[in-house]
Parts: sequence; structure tokens; C-alpha cells
Amino acid sequence: MELNGAEILVQSLKQENVDIVFGYPGGAVLNIYDAIYAQNYVNHILVRHEQAASHAADGYARTSGKPGVVLVTSGPGLTNAVTGIATAFMDSIPMVVFSGQVATQFIGNDAFQEVDSVGITRPCVKHNFLVKDVKDLAETIKRAFHIATTGRPGPVLIDLPKDVTVATTEFKYPQKVDIRSYNPTIKGHSGQIKRALKMIKQSKRPIVYSGGGAVIDNASKELREFVSKLNLPITQTLMGLGAFPASGEQFVGMLGMHGTYESNMAMHDSDLIIAIGARFDDRITGKLDKFAPYAKVVHIDIDPSSIAKNIPVDIPIVGSVTDVLTEFLGLMAKNDYSPNPTDLENWWNQINQWRAVDSLAYKKDDSIIKPQYVIEMLHKVTEGKAIVTSDVGQHQMWAAQYYHFDQPRQWINSGGLGTMGFGLPAAMGAKLASPESDVACITGEGSIQMMLQELSTMLQYQTPVKVVNLNNRYLGMVRQWQEFFFENRYSMSYMDALPDFVKLAESYGHVGMQIEKPADVEGALIEAFKMKDRTVFMDFLTDQKENVFPMIASGAAHNEMLLAGRDEMKSTHDDGMSLV
Amino acid sequence: MKATLTILLENEAGALSRVAGLFSARGYNIESLCVAPTEDPTMSRMTLVTSGGEQVIEQIVKQLNKLIDVVKLQELTDGLHVERELMLVKVITDESLRGELLRLAQIFRGNIVDVASDCYTIEITGSSDKLTAFLEALPQGSILEVARSGEVGLARGSRSLKL
Ligand SMILES: Cc1ncc(C[n+]2csc(CCOP(=O)(O)OP(=O)(O)O)c2C)c(N)n1
Repeated sequence: MELNGAEILVQSLKQENVDIVFGYPGGAVLNIYDAIYAQNYVNHILVRHEQAASHAADGYARTSGKPGVVLVTSGPGLTNAVTGIATAFMDSIPMVVFSGQVATQFIGNDAFQEVDSVGITRPCVKHNFLVKDVKDLAETIKRAFHIATTGRPGPVLIDLPKDVTVATTEFKYPQKVDIRSYNPTIKGHSGQIKRALKMIKQSKRPIVYSGGGAVIDNASKELREFVSKLNLPITQTLMGLGAFPASGEQFVGMLGMHGTYESNMAMHDSDLIIAIGARFDDRITGKLDKFAPYAKVVHIDIDPSSIAKNIPVDIPIVGSVTDVLTEFLGLMAKNDYSPNPTDLENWWNQINQWRAVDSLAYKKDDSIIKPQYVIEMLHKVTEGKAIVTSDVGQHQMWAAQYYHFDQPRQWINSGGLGTMGFGLPAAMGAKLASPESDVACITGEGSIQMMLQELSTMLQYQTPVKVVNLNNRYLGMVRQWQEFFFENRYSMSYMDALPDFVKLAESYGHVGMQIEKPADVEGALIEAFKMKDRTVFMDFLTDQKENVFPMIASGAAHNEMLLAGRDEMKSTHDDGMSLV
Repeated sequence: MKATLTILLENEAGALSRVAGLFSARGYNIESLCVAPTEDPTMSRMTLVTSGGEQVIEQIVKQLNKLIDVVKLQELTDGLHVERELMLVKVITDESLRGELLRLAQIFRGNIVDVASDCYTIEITGSSDKLTAFLEALPQGSILEVARSGEVGLARGSRSLKL
């Protein structure tokens, strides 16, 4: 069948089982929009800003495990989408982005709305393509989906010149892809796997440290079995929360800069770290030469370049986390690899002493709303079952610390890039991926204003989300650092002239609430979640000076962390000021 | 530590900029880079000379392998190999210098490939060190300009980068 490029694009999406596309039209993609108009398989969500298209597709992908799909026009359409593409790239989220491009004969001529989309996105995509001949289009789309979703997933961009969308060719969607230069290792090396288990058996103070890779690879079941069978303590990164349940006995909390006391102390003192789909980034390790000084390291990751990038590794295992853990479990069924019981008991006793420090304790208050309390109530009211997205700042850390995620894909946030503005569009994507779930967006008055316009999209497509705005009238995370490290010089971290969020929500056709008293928090949440089919914007006026604790100050070691109300907060090392 | 990498690359627009972009984005050094199509027109071969600690070189190799356009890669400095570079040097001559220049070119097995009344162009191949030694041996102030190709290399014996 002869089809034009635009029709081939839509038909290929159908072949890939894509039923939802987030996008925004413009000159270079008009033919594609015409092809979308002519069919009713692929639903198109018209966002209000292209950044929201890529964030919403990202939220959709993180929730469903399927690739998110984005369609934007050339020039400003693509540049607007870049923040969302980079966000997905940093967190290894599968995504396919189609951008319009000026017609091939104009490329390089500074034509109207021309940018070098392939050049601009190159450093923040897994791969990208410029399709110059309609005959290559179907094959390229097949490749793009394959690359985006396999190995370590990531965004792939296809740049489509306008003339290619008009030109016609015989359409046949390839059934197979073969990319000679791309062949991710899935199965782990069995010798290394055996060696790793032996090392676990010999360890005295082991700890499992798992990250986003365990969520992305759907390894939750295997991870739970592995950890509980051997009774190992487990900590998870910001990206990994939920793969192992927060309510699980072996969970010692999140680690890193704002991780719990017990997890960071256990990392510091451990003699064996079993890293699973995590990448030892600087928010986890802090200062490298002080990180886990006694530990040997087993590192399982599908991306060889993540292994031994920041810290030396004793047993590298390249492969899919699920595959490798399955092999672990197979061997464990035949042989006992448990560490010496007395050693393990001593280790657990030590960890329980650290737990008793209760590092997430905060001062309760009757007159002023504590942000931590709002999250705890949100957890209670939603019975811990909501899908929670967040923006970036203090509220993000509190969400991670106090919501206690029990399931993978329940916690959706921008960990790698730390993109303010992510939360609301991601919540919309999450709701579209999982219409039956309650979806909450935990945000701050700073972040929410970066993508506020999406309230309009959410009305149009009936994607009810509960917005939990922790309104401290500050760019709180910035203010916290200025308090600690810049002697309270609050340069540009206070926001005056905030909108009336209640009226604002109402003007977008949603429900608005403002909550000022701690006693009203739970009631407001209950009321909001009762309105199943409405988006409710809850503006909580919270304690302006609350800080995120515990905290490892820049330059400090994991056993030098600072606790709320117990330590004076100072960068403990001069070189901390130049580190992040 | 110097490392010489030989890379088979998809012969596609943009492949070279992916490699170059990777080096600049991650702050790696490129000392020289030499690329041209192979006997298989769908592939180019690149020889890239870089430097850094062992850990950095390991990361460079892994990051390059991650690029979809990189088909195969080998670290030549891992084993026995031959490396060659081509250089063209234009030198000023006069009656008094010609004899010495000819002798030097002969010692370094170079060829005079262009002659003008006031200058010679000498072509010379060999290891990068040899080319540098030749430049140092030339009479002071005689060099007009130099063009060096950057190294190309292959492993010794039958060890090869084949699909
Ligand atoms: C797009 C973007 N710009 C700037 C920053 C730097 N930044 C990190 S947290 C933060 C403050 C966020 O304030 P708010 O959303 O009100 O949340 P709070 O910290 O008060 O909870 C800023 C400005 C960022 N992460 N993203």
C-alpha cells in the first residue's frame, strides 16, 4: 500500500501499539496532524507547552513501563521539548520523540523555524535520526522503538523534514530489527555471579543498594525474594524507591544526601555493597574518598559504563537486573549462600541501634503546618496506594522520606536532572497510564508555576489529579542551603506576589482549597480524594523555615551526617562550598 | 597514559560528531583523530589517540561502545600493533642548506615531493615519535609549515576488527 510519510508515521505507531501521543502542532508537522485527524486509533493529547509533552510522556512511561511518545514541530517546538527529553535521558526512561523539520532542500539555510534538532539533542538522547528519504521511515521508527526500550532505556529522537511527510512509498512495517552495532548484554556472566554469591556468603556486614534500574527492569519480585531469603539490609536510591517495599523488614530507608541515618551509617561501615541497577552518583556517594571505606563492591548493571565509573568495583556483572537476580535465586535454591548467622545478627543489632536514632523525627506543631505531616497524612488518606509524582526541592525529599512507597512505579520524580516543572505534566501522564489509580502531585509554589498551564490540558482530557502544594513562600531548597552555607543571605529565594491558587484552580475549572491549620490537613485530603473525577489543587501554607533532615553536608562523610534539632548545620569542610 | 583506539564506525552523517561530542561533553582528550571509509563502504575506520589514567581510558572505551554508531572497537595499545603517521613539511632552502636537507630526508626515509626555488616539501611516514624527531632535527627556523595526519594503526598478526 502506498502511503505518505505522515500516514506511515501514524500506521507505525499503531504497529508499535502506541495509543497515546503527547504533542503540539506547527507548520512542519501539519501533514502529520492531518494524518492523525484521519484516524481514531492513536489518541493525541494537546498539551499547552512542549516541555509538558515530554514530561507527560515521561510520566506515562514511568507508570506503564511502555515508551512515551512525543510529537512536536520544528524549531521552538523541539527546543521547548528538550528539557523533558534531557529529564528522561538522565533517568533512563524509554521515549520516542518525533520533531518536525524544515523541508530537506532548506536544511542548513537558516530557514523559518529551523534548528539543528539532531545536534541540539545529541548529548541528551540515547540516539537520534534525521530521516531524509521516506523509504527509510518505517525502518527508522522500528529502530527507534527498539533502541528506546531495550538495554538501558532512554529517549530517541526522529527528526522529520516536512517533504518526507508528504512523499509516498510502499508501507511495510518491519517485523524484526537487526542493528549490527547494538546488542545489549542481558545475561550476566555466570562465573561472576557465582563469585558474587560467594562473596556475600563470606561477608560480615553486607548491604544491598538498589536503584532506578530495579524499577525500570521490573525486578521487584526477584529483588524482594533475594533480600528476604538472605535477610540482608537494603537501602534504595531516590530513583529506586518502591522496588523493595518501604514497609519491608529489611528496608533501612533511602540513602544519600537526605537519606536515613541507618542507611548511610550502614553504607559507611559495610564490608560488602551489592549494588543493583544503581550508579553511585554524587548525591549518593558524597565525597568519593570518604565513601564506604571498608566495602568490597558487587555491581550489577545493564550499562557497562555505569560500572566502575565513580568507584572501583570488585565484581562487575553486566546484564539485566532481573536476569542476574533470577540466576542468583537459582543458585541459592541449590546452595546456602547466607552469611555467617552470628555476624549477620551482630550487623542487624548495630543497624537497629542506628534505627533507634529515629532520624526522620520532626517537631510536631499545632499551629503551623509541618510539610512532613502533610505527606504522612497523604499516605494515610490514600492508604499508601496513590501514584505520587513530585517536582524538585524540599517537598520532593519529604515525599521520598515520608510517603513510604511499597510498590515500584508508584513514585515518579526527576532524580537525575532535577527538573522543576516535571511534577504536574508527569502526573497527567501517570493518570492517563493508570486511570484507576489515585494520582497525587507533590509540589512547591516555585515548581508548580513552571508548568501551571497544564491545568488546562488536565481539564480538557479529564485527568483528575490531586495537587499537594507545600507552599512555604520560599524556593525552599535554595533557602535551606543559603541558611546553612551562606549565613542566611536569602538571595532571590523568596517569592512575593504569589497567585491566589484557589481562584487560579477555579478559573481553570478545577477545585481549589487553601489549608492553613494542621487540624484541617487530614480533612482536606479526605475531601479532595473523595472527588474522584475532579482535579483538586490543595494549597497548604506550611512552615516557612522547615529544613530537610537528615543531611550529609557537602564534603562530609556518610558517618558525619547531621540530624534535625540535634546538630548545628554547617558545611563541615571548607571544600564543601565548591562541591555540590 | 597514551591510548590508541581503532574504531569501526557506521559511515553515516553525524557519526563523527557523536564521537567528537562525547569527548568534549565528558572532558576527555583527543590527541589525534583520523577517519576514512574502509573496504566496506558502509563503514569508516577511525584511529583515535587519547590520554588519561587507566580508569579514564576504561570509561572512554565503554562510552564509545555505547554509541549506537560504533560497530566495533579495539584498544591497540593493549597489544602488539603498528602505528603510522604521515607528515608533510615545507622547509625553506637555499644553496647552503639543500645538501643537509637531502641527507636528513634520507636518514628518516622521507621523500621530497615538491621542489621550488626557495623551498622543499618533504613527505615522511612513521611513528609519531619519529616525525617529531625529524622536525627537531631540521635546521632552526627552516620550517614553513607542517601538516600531520594523526596516527593510523592496526594490531599485529591476525588479530583484527572484523564483523
Ligand atoms: C528548572 C529548574 N530551575 C532551578 C532549579 C534549582 N532549584 C532546585 S530546588 C529549587 C527550589 C524549589 O522551590 P519550590 O518548588 O517552591 O519547592 P521547595 O523547595 O520550597 O519545597 C530550585 C530553584 C531546578 N531544580 N530546576
